[in-house]
Order: sequence, then structure tokens, then C-alpha cells
Amino acid sequence: MAYVPVPVTKPRGVAMARSKAVGKALVSRSVMAPLAAIVVFVVLWELLVQANGWPDYVMASPSDLPPAYARYWDLFLVMGWQTLWRTVVGLVLAVVVGVALGMIMGFSRLMRDALYPLLVGFNAIPKATVVPIVALMFVGAHDFNTILIAFMISFFPIAVSISIGLSTLEPEYRDILRALGASQSTIFWKIALPKTLPEFFGAMKVAVTLAFIGTNLMEIVSPHGRGLGALFDSGKTNSDYPLMFAVLIALAVLGILLYYVVVALEKIFAGWAERTPT
Amino acid sequence: MTAMIEIRGVRHAYQTADGPLQVLDGLELTVDEGGFVAVVGPSGCGKSTLTRLIAGLMKPDAGEMLLHGRPVQGPRSTVGMAFQNPVLLEWRTILQNVMLPLEIVPAKTPRRQQEERARYLLSLVGLDGFEDKRPSELSGGMRQRASLCRALVHQPEVLILDEPFGALDAFTREDLWQTMHRVKENEPFTGVLITHDLRESIFLANQVVVLSGRPARTQYVLDVPATGPRDLEHLYTAEASEMLTVLRHQIEVAQGRAPAEDTATPAPPPGSAAQGMQ
Ligand SMILES: Nc1ncnc2c1ncn2[C@@H]1O[C@H](COP(=O)(O)OP(=O)(O)OP(=O)(O)O)[C@@H](O)[C@H]1O
Ligand SMILES: [Mg+2]
Repeated sequence: MAYVPVPVTKPRGVAMARSKAVGKALVSRSVMAPLAAIVVFVVLWELLVQANGWPDYVMASPSDLPPAYARYWDLFLVMGWQTLWRTVVGLVLAVVVGVALGMIMGFSRLMRDALYPLLVGFNAIPKATVVPIVALMFVGAHDFNTILIAFMISFFPIAVSISIGLSTLEPEYRDILRALGASQSTIFWKIALPKTLPEFFGAMKVAVTLAFIGTNLMEIVSPHGRGLGALFDSGKTNSDYPLMFAVLIALAVLGILLYYVVVALEKIFAGWAERTPT
Repeated sequence: MTAMIEIRGVRHAYQTADGPLQVLDGLELTVDEGGFVAVVGPSGCGKSTLTRLIAGLMKPDAGEMLLHGRPVQGPRSTVGMAFQNPVLLEWRTILQNVMLPLEIVPAKTPRRQQEERARYLLSLVGLDGFEDKRPSELSGGMRQRASLCRALVHQPEVLILDEPFGALDAFTREDLWQTMHRVKENEPFTGVLITHDLRESIFLANQVVVLSGRPARTQYVLDVPATGPRDLEHLYTAEASEMLTVLRHQIEVAQGRAPAEDTATPAPPPGSAAQGMQ
């Protein structure tokens, strides 16, 4: 059975009362600071457009966005959901395949030597060139296409992080269990896997962004597509700049959401790797 | 007294890119039940290799390795190991770390008793109160103490220590020597201690084995008369300094820095402190 690390819930080595106060200050700072940054950004954007007197077919301003959302709100919900679930499914696939590949390469020197150049070459192909090929190959199968691209673009960092984590495990870690007659799989579940979790989540932060980009590429390129990418494309076709900008903002929000879900999972499963700054 | 570990004419070579590297060549070692043998020798001569052979992590190319009269076929749960690197699992508490071997070794006692034993060992090495701390909250010496408890928790017949105090500062190391004596008094294991500290070897062991340079043979065996816990002052007696002089000379011979003929003194009468091999 897998040993699931217990989440570290309290900052270490600090008196409880003080740690609460510090925690509160940190939370309010970590929430207030980015909020303030966003407000400043929006105000500057609005001022820039107003000062130059740009019409909304040159550059949309923040004040154009609420009407765009109001007009297409139902579409935003439907398309946003499509983008979200296809990204997540692609990412889950990438985790399954990436971890499997990483394990194969991490445990076998031979497989690492054999597979690594192949993977690097595969990863080096700009995915923008693969997107039209896949879109044509499985024309009409929107969900399949999109998930495939999201997967293809994001499994590489996961595979690499797992294989490096496993192959750089100090031999003593293996030996303390192996000397007692533990099997390879016991060593994997009890030591190797938990020990690679910090690297795995580092890779996940990259992979989640990549998968999201992959999904959107496919949605924009494939004809009669779905998702926020298709909504963006229709905005482009109709020169509806406020809609295009509204989609961009929605994408940013979804991207942030996905990223922080990974951060939250990391806190739960690999929080032990975090050191309190001294 | 019966022999717990018997090693006769063991040879071992590693297969490297530049061909086989002969590491052990005709090694002889006998450790009586309940005995504590220190193994010293030049760096890279094959001491860690020897520990891996005793633990059953590797098979020798030739020669006999007996544990309790039976040939070593592979890893056994009757062995405990600790290394220079304490290799504690950062996502577990100290108590959970100490109890790790019990998750591999078939349980001999009910769980409650196992936990009691783990807590008892922690208090024996002076770590009471740290059961629920994480390894990152402990100093290097404390981690090494915890690692020692983990090596002992499943009541091994043989305890293998590969330079366990090597990375510690002098004061911490001397402190741990005293701890080691306390542990040895309370636990019935047979010990093999790899060390590069000659004072440590005569302070802890009842026999010191000097290995020659690579490929390693047994070059010299020294019996230490004193037994049981003792003060550090013991290292400054005439007897101790005589033993240290002999050992230092043997190390120089092993390193090839002193001529070997000095050791070819006539075999000392039985029962004397020092006896040359071959
Ligand atoms: N897995 C391996 N493959 C190839 N060569 C190895 C391997 N492990 C050790 N060696 C070589 O075997 C020799 C003995 O290694 P070993 O680790 O047993 O030495 P040691 O006596 O423990 O050294 P130290 O005192 O520095 O710890 C060294 O020359 C080392 O380079
Ligand atoms: Mg060594």
C-alpha cells in the first residue's frame, strides 16, 4: 500500500501564538499584494486606451469587458468548462504516462539510454506544427484531438522529473530497506516515490501550463472547434475585439486556477519538503 | 563462544568500464556472538563492499560467508544497518522513521509493543521528546542517533555500522561513543563497525581488524582488552597509546607508506594483545 505523507499543517519550530499572527500577516500579504497589482494593471490599461483614444477595434479597454461577458456569459461557461475538462484529462493522461515512462527510465539504465534521445527529439518538435497535423488526422474528433495535444505537450517534464528523481536516489536509501529483504515495489512506494514528489510537483507546475496552452492551440486551430479557443477564434472572425480580450482574461483566470490547484496539491503531499525561512 | 559472522577467503570484484576491479581478495574475518569488531583500512580499500556482502546485498565471487553458521544467500531481516548518511525519510516523524523496518520485517510482537520498543530505543540514545519531530528539525548528531535506533528496532542479530560517526564533529562523535556503549550494554547484537578513526575503533570494539590496501586482505588483528562502558580518559592510558601506535603503523603499511617487514615480527604468544595475520 502507498504510504501517503501526512500534510504538514503548521509552520515548524515557531510558538503557536506567534505562528498564527505571522500566518495571518502572510496570508493577507499574499492575497493583498497580487490584488493590488491587478488593480494597478487594469487602471493603467484603461488609462492607456483612454489617453490614446483607441477605438475598440484597435485595442479593447477594461471597461469594454463587462458588456462582452454579459452578452456571451452562457458561452463563456460552456466553453470554459470544455477547455477546463479537456486540459485536466490531458494532464491526467500526461501524469499516468509520464510517471510510467519516468519509472522505466529511472529504474533501468538501459531504458534510459534507449528512450531519452527519442523523448528529447519528440519534445523538441514545436507543438504548433503538430497541432494542424493532428487536427486533420482526426478531423471532427474535437475532444480526442484536444486531449491528445494537451497530453503530448505536457508529459515530457513529468517523465524527466520522475526518472531523474528515481535514478539519483542515494543507494543508502535503497539499502536500508533492501537489506531487510524488501521488494523493489515496496522500496518504490515507501521511499522512491515520496522522495521524488517535490520534483514531480515542480514538473507539474510546468506541465499544467503547457497542457493548457496545448488545449487552446488545438481549439483555435481546429475548424468548428469548441472551448474558449474556439470562442476566441469566432471573436477574431467577427473582429469583436472586446470578446477576444474577454476570452484572454478568462483564459488567464482558468490558467491561474489550474496552477494553484497544483500548488495546493503540492502543499498537501510534499509540504514536508518546504523549509521555513529562518 | 560461537561465531556469529565467519568470512573465509572472500573475493569480490566490481565490473567497471575499464574491466574488473578486484576489491576484496582473500578476506578473513570472524566475529563472535555478541562481539563488536571494528574494521579499519585505507580509503577505497573495500570496507563498504564488505558491509554490503555481510548484509547480503551482493554475492562474493568466491569464498565463504556464514551468518550464524548458515551461508548468506541474500538479504535477511536479522541484519540492521546504519551509514555515514543517516538517510532519514523527511516526510516521516522520527518515531515513524525508527519504526520503518517493522513495516518490512514480519511482525514478532503486537504493534503497541513495537511502538514501545521504538520509544525505548529513542530514550536510550537520548532522543526522548523528539518522537514527533521531523528529521529536518534535528541536528546531525541527533539524526545519527535516530538512524541507530532504526537499525536496532527489529532486534537484529547483526548490526552493521559503516562510518556512522564519520561526518560528525569531534565532541558530538565522542558523545555518541558513550551512547554506543550504553546501547551495546542493553542490546544483544553482534556489531561490525567500519571506521577511519583509530581512537574510535579501540574505544568501542573488542577487536580491531586492519585491512590492506586494495585489493583488501586481512592484514592485522588487534584484540582490545578493555570491555564495557569507560571514560574517554581511557584513550590516554599507556595501553591505549600503545595500541594506537601499532594500528597507525599498520595503516601506513596498508597504504604502502611504511615497509611491510616491520609487521613480520615473530608470532606473539597466544593471549597477548596483538597478533599478526599471515
Ligand atoms: N558499485 C561499484 N561499481 C564499481 N566500483 C565500485 C562500486 N562500489 C565501489 N567501487 C569501488 O570499489 C572500491 C572499494 O569501494 P568501497 O566503497 O568498498 O571502499 P571503502 O573502503 O568503503 O572506502 P571509504 O573508506 O572511502 O568509504 C573503490 O575503489 C570503489 O571505487
Ligand atoms: Mg565506505
